[in-house]
Amino acid sequence: MRPLRMTTPTDTTIEIVRSFDAPRPLVWRAHTEPALVKRWLTGPSGHTMPECEIDLRIGGTYRYVWEWPDGRMSATGRFREIETENRLLLTEIFDVFPDNETLVEQLFTERDGQTFVTMNLHYDSKATRDGVLKSPMDEGLEASYRSLDALVSGTV
Amino acid sequence: MHSLDTIFHALSDPTRRAILARLAEGEATVDQIREPFSMSQPSISRHLKVLERAGLISTRVDGTSRPRRIEPAALTPIEDWLDRYRMIWQENYTRLDDVLNDLKQEDDTP
Repeated sequence: MRPLRMTTPTDTTIEIVRSFDAPRPLVWRAHTEPALVKRWLTGPSGHTMPECEIDLRIGGTYRYVWEWPDGRMSATGRFREIETENRLLLTEIFDVFPDNETLVEQLFTERDGQTFVTMNLHYDSKATRDGVLKSPMDEGLEASYRSLDALVSGTV
Repeated sequence: MHSLDTIFHALSDPTRRAILARLAEGEATVDQIREPFSMSQPSISRHLKVLERAGLISTRVDGTSRPRRIEPAALTPIEDWLDRYRMIWQENYTRLDDVLNDLKQEDDTP
C-alpha cells in the first residue's frame, strides 16, 4: 500500500497527500467522471456509491450517494474553481450535517511519472459549529496533535 | 466516554495544552503546574477544571496535597476519529489505484 500522509497544517485544515502511479490526465478523469468516481470513492468497506452526478463547471453541482447494508448518506456541493487537470475548489455538505459546509481544495501535480493528489479540507468556524468538529475546536486538530505528541512522548 | 467536543474544547486553549505537556512529564501539584505561568491560582484552577471535565487529567489525594496527573486514554476518541478518517481515505485510494491501472491498460490498447 502506498503511504498516505494526513497532516493538520493549519488550525482548521486537514491535508491528505497521496501519490499515484499514473499520469495526471488519468488521475483527473478518475476524480471527475461519475462512472469512474463510483468505482473508488465508496468509503468504508461494505459501502457502495450507487449514485454519482458531476456537473463539472464553475457553479455546477455534484452529488454523491453512499449506501451500506443498513444506511444511506449523501454529499452535495458546488464547484467554485476549476483548472483542468490541475486544481479543483469545491464545497462539500453531508446530508447528516446540513449546516456544516466544508471547503475542499484538490491539487493534482505530476512528478517523475507519479501524480500527487493533495486534498485540503478547510473547516470554517461556522461550518464546524454544528458538525462533528465543533467551534470550540478553534485551535484545531494541529493543536490536538501537538498535544498528542507531547502526551505520547511523555507517557510511554 | 467524553465527547469529542468536550475534549477538543479542552485542547483548544494554549495554556491548557501547556499544562498537559507539563503533566506528560509526570504528576504535579497546582503550585508546581502554576510555576512556569504568570497566572493566578484561580485561573489555573479553572483551566484544570476544564481539563478534568474532559477527562484529560485526574486528581489524586495525597495527604494535604492533591497532585494532578494526565489520563492519556482520554485522547482515544480523537485518535479514533482521525484513524477512521485516515483508513477510509487509504481504502478509497487503494481502489483508485485499481481504477487507474485499468485506465492505463485501456490507453495502451490500440
